[in-house]
Amino acid sequence: MKLLLKGGRVIDPSQNIDTVTDILIEDGKISMIQKGIPLPEGSDSKIFDLKDKIVTPGLIDMHTHLREPGFEYKETIRTGSEAAVAGGFTSIACMANTYPVNDNRSVTEFIHKQARLAAMANVYPIAAVSKGQDGKVLTEFGDLKDAGAVAFSDDGNPVTDSGLMRHALEYACSFDMPVISHCEDVGLSSGGLMNEGFISTELGLPGIPGIAEDIMVIRDIRLASFTKAHVHIAHVSTAGSVQAVREARSAGINVTAETAPHYFALTDAALRGFSTDFKMYPPLRGSDDVEAVKEGLRDGTIDAIASDHAPHSSIEKDVEFEYAANGIIGLETSLSLSLKLVHAGILTINQLIEKMSVRPATILKIPRGSLKTGSDADITVIDMNKTWTVDTDKFRSKARNCPFNEWELKGKAVMTIVGGDIRYADSEL
Amino acid sequence: MGVQAGLAMSGWRFKSTMNLSRKDMLGIIDLPKEEIDLILDTAESFKEISTRTIKKVPTLRGKTVITLFFEASTRTRTSFEIAAKRLSADTINISASTSSVVKGETLIDTARNLESMNPDIIIIRHSAAGAAHILAGLLEQSIINAGDGAHEHPTQALLDMLTIREKKGSIKGLRIAIVGDIAHSRVARSNIYGLTKMGADVAICGPAMMMPRDIDQMGVSVYYNMGDAIKDADVVMMLRMQLERQEKTLFPSLREYTNLFSLNRDNIKLAKDDVIVMHPGPINRGIEITPEIADGPHSVILEQVTNGVAVRMALLYLLSGGTK
Repeated sequence: MKLLLKGGRVIDPSQNIDTVTDILIEDGKISMIQKGIPLPEGSDSKIFDLKDKIVTPGLIDMHTHLREPGFEYKETIRTGSEAAVAGGFTSIACMANTYPVNDNRSVTEFIHKQARLAAMANVYPIAAVSKGQDGKVLTEFGDLKDAGAVAFSDDGNPVTDSGLMRHALEYACSFDMPVISHCEDVGLSSGGLMNEGFISTELGLPGIPGIAEDIMVIRDIRLASFTKAHVHIAHVSTAGSVQAVREARSAGINVTAETAPHYFALTDAALRGFSTDFKMYPPLRGSDDVEAVKEGLRDGTIDAIASDHAPHSSIEKDVEFEYAANGIIGLETSLSLSLKLVHAGILTINQLIEKMSVRPATILKIPRGSLKTGSDADITVIDMNKTWTVDTDKFRSKARNCPFNEWELKGKAVMTIVGGDIRYADSEL
Repeated sequence: MGVQAGLAMSGWRFKSTMNLSRKDMLGIIDLPKEEIDLILDTAESFKEISTRTIKKVPTLRGKTVITLFFEASTRTRTSFEIAAKRLSADTINISASTSSVVKGETLIDTARNLESMNPDIIIIRHSAAGAAHILAGLLEQSIINAGDGAHEHPTQALLDMLTIREKKGSIKGLRIAIVGDIAHSRVARSNIYGLTKMGADVAICGPAMMMPRDIDQMGVSVYYNMGDAIKDADVVMMLRMQLERQEKTLFPSLREYTNLFSLNRDNIKLAKDDVIVMHPGPINRGIEITPEIADGPHSVILEQVTNGVAVRMALLYLLSGGTK
């Protein structure tokens, strides 16, 4: 099987490539990038004219929840990875808060097996920091790495014990792996349902102050500095976090950070009306935080954009706001929402691809995020100008908890190639 | 028979034809001043019905009103029921303890089931903010919010405004202090919206940890010292210290609360001589208000209750398509 992608604008920040050229894929690998590649002989060859399209290393979503094992009614590894490729992602990393928790080899191996059977996106399990994610005893990092885990995180359950977090960082560092931290001071956040500010006061909903995040970000930065380990801050949502990460980076501390599209596309004003599709953790913040997140993306403080895809069924969401589960899905809207930053001139398309492919690969230390010849042919083709209207009924994900339904967006993945295999193609191709 | 004809039969005549521009009554925040005036004027003219020997007019005959209370209430639920009955509506009361809610049915399923029985108005009280909004978005029936979490309690604010207007002639220009646990109070929020729209100068006061963030943006002045807040006040509105709404213990003790935030015969002297004292009830005697103030000459607490029936009659009438 050979694929020839002709005439697209190939952008590969990992090799400083940004030029109109052709890419030849043979046996699942990228075999050649140059202008004017002729169609190879043979009946198993396909050619695609990608004029005016952008061709990039396959996008990587480093923060998703696939709900399998345990909550298959919300999402499965198959439906989640179908949603991934439909959204332009060739690789996704999935958090450990399944049932049972991914805190041992058998769950990690099960996730890999289900991903292989689904044969859609590459799936990288993130294992729990602590057994049962209960913040008490570390999991078997060595065995989990050997089983194929790429990072450790108790995402959803912050590691409140600073001593345990210190040991997690030290131990993960000895395996050259990151700890991904969900930063939340539960003493400040517990009982809260949305960002604390004027809107929470108006709605009469208990607030979660931005400092609940900032304080833990600062703690984890200090711990990373002390242990010389790599901490990755998940879903940055506040101006205080952005500033803390910026200062830590300039001090040479090994900290990286991600944010999610909703933290630059929405503010807490969206909560007016009490729609549970706007309920997530961390909560949507005020406009000052949104501006700071955008600035953090622009100046490089925030390395990556990840969706925090968190599928829930109507059982968890069609209830009173107070009782609703936290989280929204994002795999099928993340790229288009992020392209808003490009259309608005905040990021170049090259910077966006760094944040959605190159940096996630280097943070997780996986051999992706590049179009180097000889590497796996994971490629995303983007039409920057295709306008489309979000219709959750057409989502591949099982879940519908998306606050962007009926939004008109500009720019979309039109083809997703994983290991040389076309896993998603828009009808126009 | 339409509500107009029904009211005409009962001997009522209205001159203008203004009506409410809404299906539901969810909160005061989006209620224009003109509609507040309309409701208060209508309520004023309904008050007389409750003083008759036969306290009933056929206005809402054939209409079905459901009260759906997921939170304990005596005053508000009874007030709505009496209001509906005096207008001849059929009333059905559902409380969480006796409904299918305890069997795990969702609010939406409960609402859909009630809708299938074709009521005309559903009155809901719920501990979760936004619960009334869920019903309003889902059902064709008129929804009245009888209190949703710490969000809004519009009929309480309306009855408070009616009481103030009666006692003071007008709300405009009055200095009104609201004292207590502002953060957890839906009564405070609805009153702040209503009273500021009507032109009052609203001061709010309470312990710092019960003062919600950025509330000054609602156009009120914020005090932490009760004497400063009630100085020269025309109206002092005391809130119930709602320990049951606090997920964590926010305040050191009731003793300290009473020392600092109770209305008593000493500090009431700071207010104007003709100050009126209000409380949405149920009062905690000896905590936020001393018995001699609650029962004293400045207190209009029981008149608030009387006005509650009139305001709710007006609202049921206007939401049923009635015009003034």
